[in-house]
Amino acid sequence: MTDVSFGPQPGKGGPKSEYLAMVRQKRLYGSIILMIFVLMMISGFQVAQDRNAGDFVPGLKHLFDFPAEVLGEAWTNRAAIPGLIAAHFPSLVETVNIAAVSTLVGALMAMVIAPLATRGLAPWPRLIPVFRRVLDVLRAFPEIIIALVLIYILGGGPVPAMIAIALHTAGALGKMFSEVAENADLKPMEGLASVGANWTQRMWVGLLPQVAPDWFSYVLQRFEINIRASAILGFVGSGGIGYDLKIAMQWGQGRYDQVVAIFLLLFVTIVVVDQLSSHYRTTLVKGRAT
Amino acid sequence: MTTMVMSDLRGQVDRLFRRKRLAAFGVPAVVLAYLVYIFIAFDVAGLADRARMDNARILMSDFWSFKTHVTQDNRNGEVVVAIEGETKGTYPPGMLPDWVTMADGVTTIDLGRGHVVVYDATGAHYTVPGYGTVSAVSEGGKVVLDAPEPLPDWIEVAENRIQVTTNQGRFSVTRNKTETFRYQPGWELWFFTLDSPFYGKSSFELAQMAIWGDRVDPDITNLAHMGSDFWNNAMWRHKDVAWAISETILMAFLGTFMAAIIALPMAFVAASNFSRFGALRFAMRRVFDFVRGVDALIWTIVLARAFGPGPMTGALAIMITDTGAFGKQFSETLENIDEKQVEGIRSTGANAVQRARFGVIPQITPVLLGQILYSFESNTRSATIIGAIVGGGIGLLLTQAISTQKDWEEVAYYMVLIILMVIVIDTISGWIRRRLIRG
Repeated sequence: MTDVSFGPQPGKGGPKSEYLAMVRQKRLYGSIILMIFVLMMISGFQVAQDRNAGDFVPGLKHLFDFPAEVLGEAWTNRAAIPGLIAAHFPSLVETVNIAAVSTLVGALMAMVIAPLATRGLAPWPRLIPVFRRVLDVLRAFPEIIIALVLIYILGGGPVPAMIAIALHTAGALGKMFSEVAENADLKPMEGLASVGANWTQRMWVGLLPQVAPDWFSYVLQRFEINIRASAILGFVGSGGIGYDLKIAMQWGQGRYDQVVAIFLLLFVTIVVVDQLSSHYRTTLVKGRAT
Repeated sequence: MTTMVMSDLRGQVDRLFRRKRLAAFGVPAVVLAYLVYIFIAFDVAGLADRARMDNARILMSDFWSFKTHVTQDNRNGEVVVAIEGETKGTYPPGMLPDWVTMADGVTTIDLGRGHVVVYDATGAHYTVPGYGTVSAVSEGGKVVLDAPEPLPDWIEVAENRIQVTTNQGRFSVTRNKTETFRYQPGWELWFFTLDSPFYGKSSFELAQMAIWGDRVDPDITNLAHMGSDFWNNAMWRHKDVAWAISETILMAFLGTFMAAIIALPMAFVAASNFSRFGALRFAMRRVFDFVRGVDALIWTIVLARAFGPGPMTGALAIMITDTGAFGKQFSETLENIDEKQVEGIRSTGANAVQRARFGVIPQITPVLLGQILYSFESNTRSATIIGAIVGGGIGLLLTQAISTQKDWEEVAYYMVLIILMVIVIDTISGWIRRRLIRG
């Protein structure tokens, strides 16, 4: 108290030295945290390297061996590549279809769950935590688990991958949809309620037009993520271009022209979808700003 | 003049409404048409035939129960009792569960609720209350059934196999072996395997042994003995599982943070307000696009060839993929910073590095850390999948357990662990992110 009323005690450095002491302390803490972090990174990398089949430095020299081998073989067989691209195109369509359907189904599920989990919109406010936990659980399940289990039950094919990705998408989109819906203007909904609209009508006519651009931009982003996911699930499980890639890789030498054809298909698809979605997302968000 | 504007406006509104009406019906129609196409293309209708509900039942029952096999080799009459029919779960000689008795070549298995199976010299007999006794006798290389007629549908008789399935268990006889399966709830042997001196003890007894009991092994304390028996449990492999989980988290951690460290300087080059050279900026952005376009799957395959299977390969794969994503995100963040703070630092005569250190980094740190932590969360999930491809971590254990098609209790265990891992990481990183936002 006295210090505050009568200023700093004589003999001590005053506010300046106290400030500098605080800065020093902050820097000390910061550097300690940084050192711990660096140590964690280094020791973690050591552990990872010890448990790895090959070490980092020797492997680095061979990093380009495989791509060189693949590209070399593909270059000698380059005439065959357009044909192979055409041959694998149906698998690509399947992969894209898996991604599209699962995005669609997941988005539809999220559209239903999101308002139920949003404060101010939910018809049963007491159940909001329940629906939020449902979304959390859907998100927590890695797709591979659901996909592998469903492959065991349903057999191979695109459906297990589709269901797995759709469930995860529902969880991820549900959370984002609900965050957007939280900021929606409630007045249109109130107006609709005053003329006797039921909950579904209020959401459909009052909420949806407000949130549609944001929701749609999240859906596009998810579609992009899901294409990658569906290619990977194909590699681990079955179906689509990922599976073709796995088969071609297992053959190894002699099929590298196929590997290159599949790489090309996948690369071009991902880049195109990536560019399209980022283009549309900017238009959607900018369009709303004007 | 006004009427012209009015009519023009009216026309515009009409057109707008027509378009809206078209969209209101057109969009659902297109979605529906697409779903119908998928329904046909993915052969959803044929799914019911292909679906194997018995597999689903096995999976579900393994989630909460275990089965004990009582197997008699019909060629030499030897009887083996084994949990899940595995060697590491086999009861050693002289040790039997309390519901199996063996005396004078007669094995009696009490399945509970009056269901009793007896293996003796004449064959195997299953007494089902309210029905009678099902006898299966091996005669001259064939299995002959003797049961009250008419046969109910839970008795399956095939050429050389008889199977009885009841709520209490399953009983199957072939020429070579007679097997009885009893299902019990729980994950047996989760703590200690049968060869451990601590098997079958209650937690109270265990506590007693740990605190003042005599040493089972004179060399080590009981507590350490318990710890090592649990850690080296051959059935559930706690040690391997713990390593696998840490490998998965390690892959995500190393991959995410290495990517962030690499991407940050690259993002400065790609951000329009820091980089003066348009060509360099353009090149850097194309690098990001390329890295993201090649996709984690392909990077993983290429890296696995160079570094062999293991967690480091997985970490590097995550690192490369995320470098592209971070590069793009970070450069966008850098373009949106507040220039006034940089201006202030510049006015004191600071050079470019000092401006970046004191004017830019403090502004973007919370945003960047938020993005990094968010992708750390999603990378713990990806690390499971990448682990399955490169052969490291819990993803490998999971795919191995699934491919054996019988260790479903392990699959269930790994699934639970993965989900717990994801939830824990999500919670921790969510907590840190909230603290960062609050400042």
